[in-house]
Amino acid sequence: MFRAIIDITLRPSILDPQGKAVAHAVATLGIRGVQGVRMGKHVEVTFDGLTEEEAQRATEEICKKLLANPVMEDYRFVVEKKA
Amino acid sequence: MTQAPVRFGIVVFPGSNCDHDAYYVCKKILGQDAVFLWHKTPDLRGVDVVILPGGFSYGDYLRCGAIARFSPVMQEVERFAARGGLVLGICNGFQVLVEAGLLPGVLLRNTSLRFACRYVNIRVENSFTPFTSQCRSGEVLAIPIAHGDGNYFADDETIRRLEQNGQVVFRYCTPEGEITAGSNPNGSLGNIAGIMNEQGTVLGMMPHPERASDVLLGHTDGRKVFASILEHVFSRTSTSLRERTPSIVMEQGRR
Repeated sequence: MFRAIIDITLRPSILDPQGKAVAHAVATLGIRGVQGVRMGKHVEVTFDGLTEEEAQRATEEICKKLLANPVMEDYRFVVEKKA
Repeated sequence: MTQAPVRFGIVVFPGSNCDHDAYYVCKKILGQDAVFLWHKTPDLRGVDVVILPGGFSYGDYLRCGAIARFSPVMQEVERFAARGGLVLGICNGFQVLVEAGLLPGVLLRNTSLRFACRYVNIRVENSFTPFTSQCRSGEVLAIPIAHGDGNYFADDETIRRLEQNGQVVFRYCTPEGEITAGSNPNGSLGNIAGIMNEQGTVLGMMPHPERASDVLLGHTDGRKVFASILEHVFSRTSTSLRERTPSIVMEQGRR
């Protein structure tokens, strides 16, 4: 079994008002040195009966066609062995 | 001789909530034929016009409109649009259209991070479309919005092409028709409130014309969008407006 761990984030050119609001909240904690906050999505997909390479390809396709909208989002993932 | 009624198909996704409003306007106010099209149906039942109504299709999971795109009815709507069928996407329907790739760009979270529910003014930027022929260019319509993700965004090249082709149909404006930052309720690029595809047959707009079509609700500006659609379908059956429309749109864009 393999598990794909996927992170989807807004592209750097896209304004992230949610991240900004969180950054303001962080500032009220009195923590210094925070330069910016970007929000995103975390997705885990588990596969059964696929090789690692097939799981890689499947994840790529899922990200491209469904999980991320390329107009506004980037994605990256790792596929790891699941016990 | 009486004209056969225009048949509107109103798509119903799980979570649609303006479907009955759209049905009411088509059937009771315009006096036309209207049918609901459940998201699982692959049959558009011979409709002349498809309306993708407002709401929260599939709970807005993943991204607004992202899941709806994969429903059986949307596969048919895509084919219908490819044949030149008229499609009107309102609010969540607009989000579905961009996710389906029938319109370019994307609708981001409002910059205010707030759900905006109020009347806005929108200026008709192109009155040579099947959706706005009953308006004057530059006319200001009062129509309500109700959305949390209506902030239109596209890359520079796409925006340039939309502007050049006259595909920007509505912009948020002041009551006097001025395009200002203060009249933009969600942060949309260029105050864009509604766009259409290059052929001028698919329109997506965030404001709700179906909520401004009954005198009982105070405003009837939204009715002009529906009246324009009727005019287009009627004339298509009698004259060749359909052939003329794209070139008129292009001329408008080159102005």
